[in-house]
Amino acid sequence: MKSRKLEENIFKFLMAVSLFLVFLALAGIVLVVAMKGLSSLNLSMITQTPKGGYYLGKEGGIANAIIGSLYLIAGATILSLIVSLPVALALQKDYLSRRFADFTRLVLDILWGTPSIVYGAFGFVIMVYFGLRASLLGGIIVLTLLMIPIMSRAMDEAIRLVPFELKEMSYALGTTKIETTLAVVLRQAFPGLCTAVILAFGRGIGDAASILFTAGYTDEIPRSLLDPVASLPLAVFFQAGTPVPEVQARAFAAALILLFIVMIINIIARILGWRFSKNIVR
Amino acid sequence: MFKGDLLKKRQIKEFLALFSGRFVLIFINTLAFLIFCGLLLKAKPILHAISISDLLFSSSWHPMKSEFGLFVFIISTLEVTMLAMVIAIPVCLLAAIYLSEYAGRCFREFARLIIDILAGIPSVVYGLCGVLVIVPFVRAIGDFAGISTTGYSLLSGGLVLAVMVIPFIISISVEVLRMVPQPIRECALALGATKWETIKYVVLKKARRGLLAAVVLGVARAFGETMAVLMVVGNVAQLPSSIFDPAYPLPALIANNYGEVMSIPLYDAALMSAALILMFIVAIFSLTAHYTLSRIGETIER
Amino acid sequence: MSHIKIERLNVSYGNHQVFKNINLDIPDRQIVAIIGPSGCGKTTLLKSMNRLLDLNEDVSTTGDILVDGVSIYNAGMDVTQLRKKIGFLPQHPYPLPMSVFDNVAFGPRIHGLTDFSPADRDGHHLASKTDRSASVEHYLRLAGLWEEVKDRLHEPAAKLSIGQQQRLALARVLSIEPEVILADEPTSALDPVSAKLVEEQFKLLKKNYTIIIVTHILRQARRLADYIVFMYMGDLIEHKPAAEFFGNPQDEKTKAYISGEIS
Repeated sequence: MKSRKLEENIFKFLMAVSLFLVFLALAGIVLVVAMKGLSSLNLSMITQTPKGGYYLGKEGGIANAIIGSLYLIAGATILSLIVSLPVALALQKDYLSRRFADFTRLVLDILWGTPSIVYGAFGFVIMVYFGLRASLLGGIIVLTLLMIPIMSRAMDEAIRLVPFELKEMSYALGTTKIETTLAVVLRQAFPGLCTAVILAFGRGIGDAASILFTAGYTDEIPRSLLDPVASLPLAVFFQAGTPVPEVQARAFAAALILLFIVMIINIIARILGWRFSKNIVR
Repeated sequence: MFKGDLLKKRQIKEFLALFSGRFVLIFINTLAFLIFCGLLLKAKPILHAISISDLLFSSSWHPMKSEFGLFVFIISTLEVTMLAMVIAIPVCLLAAIYLSEYAGRCFREFARLIIDILAGIPSVVYGLCGVLVIVPFVRAIGDFAGISTTGYSLLSGGLVLAVMVIPFIISISVEVLRMVPQPIRECALALGATKWETIKYVVLKKARRGLLAAVVLGVARAFGETMAVLMVVGNVAQLPSSIFDPAYPLPALIANNYGEVMSIPLYDAALMSAALILMFIVAIFSLTAHYTLSRIGETIER
Repeated sequence: MSHIKIERLNVSYGNHQVFKNINLDIPDRQIVAIIGPSGCGKTTLLKSMNRLLDLNEDVSTTGDILVDGVSIYNAGMDVTQLRKKIGFLPQHPYPLPMSVFDNVAFGPRIHGLTDFSPADRDGHHLASKTDRSASVEHYLRLAGLWEEVKDRLHEPAAKLSIGQQQRLALARVLSIEPEVILADEPTSALDPVSAKLVEEQFKLLKKNYTIIIVTHILRQARRLADYIVFMYMGDLIEHKPAAEFFGNPQDEKTKAYISGEIS
């Protein structure tokens, strides 16, 4: 009996250590970014675009990157939603033969696992082919491609969790498949759907590799879809790579802003999801 | 008859729904196919110039001399991912078990919040912190162990990746473990097992499939990561002889060099083939994962 | 009144045969109880009647079920209309993820009923969409739930107690104006008070509906049923009016079941 207890205690200790490490990681990241970033964060950072010599430590801000990222992610999220929701719904057993659905899921999983740089490379190839230059449009398209697999798979999983008996109940009333899907399944799965969007959002807004070649970078705020656009991840990346310490510190400020945006959207989407769920938990 | 009209409308809606469902799925599959084809087309030139085995297995990467052996990069990619998983899996498993089986509800929700936040952090931020914290950390370990390293190494890449992947694996694992029905645990406990023994012999067995899925997801995420790893892994085109040596995974290769592509012939085709290889590895992995999962699964799929 | 006739029905899940050779002529406007030990196919039989069984994978059916002389397996049969005629009450009430009001209004909305509904039981026509609240009230009263929820109509249905949810399910079934009600162990998940309420409603409803209940509670069958169908291990053993069934059982198994030897 003693050795059984001992084994349990050893593992409990290891578990505590693991959890501690996880929390430490988060605390570490937040603290590091906050500390280093806050010192360079000021109003002009957020409201101004880079002036001459910004990258050597002089005045300006990264408003171009902030607005750029917001434009990019807004466009990409909308487009992804338009594609992902129908895909997720269509994958359900109600609609499709098992084999086609499983095959598509496999394809989506492969796309999910594909490194974002591949999307960037592909996007670049397409753009060259059509004679487009690095632009807001290019960035949006590539980000959409990146986000679709995540969003649709996560939505798919959320929808699969809707209990069979609930759907059965709705069908027993004489509904068609689409009626049950819209009135019952979507409502029941709504919080999960919101989570899916958050997940994809987080991936999209923070990704640098895919937009490296396709969105370009500029000191200005784009005025049309065909203008190049700056973005926060790239702002972080470029500034982190400079030898100038003030600029490096600014990289942290950019990272902080990025983190902040992600958190806000997270909270908003959660509240929305929670608000609209008059549903059953089983 | 009104009723008849309404019925017809409903039937039309149903038909449209089924039709657009099929359409959308075909669209997605076509998209995937196009991506694959696009890459293949662009990579073709290099396949004409050198043999597949040279491309895949030669360690000599000298674009100026038209030598495009990707072996080093392939191995780097695999190694950094494996290292990340070796670090991440035990941590995740232990933490998930604790959260699911031992922790109280409040703590679990709190932990879930932390983990969700971690999951939402963009990869460049991880890269940034990696440069600032992990690289010096690895350097310090190296100094301590008498190994000389700049800190930009396989280990740094593995650590950063591990931290990125951990939130995904933990949150899914916890959900999977929670779904194991309570009566099963009660059965084991009633037979006199300790809590830990219940977990070890009963709960984990039941949750095996879901846990495997969680790991698969983690690997997918690790594999798909470019930037954070790029920033800490050193990017030196040599086969790393220890985890303290720098490495150069395929995504980093593509990202770093795409700018110079125009000047050297066949360079872009080589990079495209690197991209293609990446997709290929992911495809093999996903296939294996899907196959294994469906075999383990006693699916009560309804 | 929709008349149900079952002919030589066999249902299997994959290789496992659930029941075979069921022949039944369901009497109208009575409470018909399908009884027998657990796992002998009662629920499957019930779900066959409105083709709810179609939702399960791997099910194969031979034989026929005729509703008003027409086979429900006909290619031209619209399943949504079939299910409107033959309503279903499940064992575990699953409220739809909406408010109480919307739960009851859902069926009529789908079938376009409150615009063109037939006269209700008292002979009043429900005039227009704006009278939907009137009709929701009507069905909630029929289910014996109105008093308890009239102030909570727009709260989530999930917040009701399970007894209330089951009566809500009943109101929901009634709202589509079926002619037959299938009930799968409708009170097994309820406390005795709620169970009694539901049973009372059934007794009132049978004047206008054919009610087919699956139950494993013999006493419930005694209380409620006008006609008994006894199934055992996938076979139809006996079926006859309740008085005859309990008074004069023919088969050995029937006698054993009634006396409680097998249960």
